[in-house]
Amino acid sequence: MAALKNKDVFCGPLSLNNPVTVQVLGICSALAVTAQLVPALVMGLSVTIITALANVVISLLRKTVPNRIRIIVQLVVVASLVTIVSEVLKAFAYDVAMTLSVYIGLIITNCILMGRLEAFAMQNSPMQSLLDGIGNGLGYAKILVIVAFFRELLGSGKLLGYQVIPDCAYEAGYANNGLMLMPPMALIICACIIWYERAHNKDLQEK
Amino acid sequence: MENANLISLFIRSIFVDNMIFAFFLGMCSYLAVSKDVKTALGLGAAVTFVLLVTLPVNYLLQTKVLAADALIEGVDLSFLSFILFIAVIAGIVQLVEMIVERFSPSLYASLGIFLPLIAVNCAIMGASLFMQQRIGLDATDPKFIGSVTDALVYALGSGIGWLLAIVALAAVREKMAYSNVPPALRGLGITFIVVGLMAMSFMCFSGLNI
Repeated sequence: MAALKNKDVFCGPLSLNNPVTVQVLGICSALAVTAQLVPALVMGLSVTIITALANVVISLLRKTVPNRIRIIVQLVVVASLVTIVSEVLKAFAYDVAMTLSVYIGLIITNCILMGRLEAFAMQNSPMQSLLDGIGNGLGYAKILVIVAFFRELLGSGKLLGYQVIPDCAYEAGYANNGLMLMPPMALIICACIIWYERAHNKDLQEK
Repeated sequence: MENANLISLFIRSIFVDNMIFAFFLGMCSYLAVSKDVKTALGLGAAVTFVLLVTLPVNYLLQTKVLAADALIEGVDLSFLSFILFIAVIAGIVQLVEMIVERFSPSLYASLGIFLPLIAVNCAIMGASLFMQQRIGLDATDPKFIGSVTDALVYALGSGIGWLLAIVALAAVREKMAYSNVPPALRGLGITFIVVGLMAMSFMCFSGLNI
């Protein structure tokens, strides 16, 4: 494993080894919080911070934790970090915390975290785990932001809460697509991203 | 709560507040284990079972220990809920695994690999967190959960909703194996689109008023 370059560890998840579209991890929350850009950004950032820190902690503990109870240890570490993030969000960004509601708590069971802890942090040094955590978190955030961008733009004609589509377009008969704000469209946009990625990169296609 | 309300809670948690189609909970295992109907059924049953055991326990934990003034006057422990809920879920999953292994080896063999995975299934944790929100609701709200019975009914409804969703998807995917899908969409891409279309059809239940 020492042969892994730091750069690959960090950049892989951003493109070729993206947690959402290639590893199929952490889809639940990726879809639910993306009706607007702001919650998507906050969620992406929270997941990045938590993944990075959890990866470091577990990587430091990896030699002392017995194999049988590792899942519980991992869950407790992640749950403590999520509690901290949740309290911080409630204190400094109450509105966003309310929009995200249970999905902040659900970061605990986000498969990205458990997946990376199991697959990477249990075998690698803290430094590399930190990079892996940040990389995967950002890869996740990237998908979230792309999906949220289209949903907010087409669904409510806004970006980050500011109106982008001019009033004259509405007067000329343009209407927001309300369906974009509904859960099903998140799935379909996500499918389009996967389609685009795989059409450009034949290695990722399934037989 | 009256029986009529229990039925309403049950039906709503299956169709309107479906874990998969309305909240995307438990998506990871949903996509990974929906390749054939039989295993899908097994996982769905396991999820329902674990929900049925964990929700009442977490309900008691929430109301008797964590809520404000519940354990010690003037102390609100609700910030501990994430850690306690996940510990309960992981512990119970481990326990269920051991019990099933001891008393029904055949069931264990068919569920074996899924049981440990359920501990990190978002549907279980999500149901606990939604229940925590619903306890705080007004008693007249149809989503209100006010007793262990309510929690049990909610668990059963959510579990069956999840089971329904995964079996339906597995059935579609079994048929899809024979169709000609564009290479770039094969596998994950087309599954997402199918789930999206299924979610759209489930949206028609959202107007349901019982």
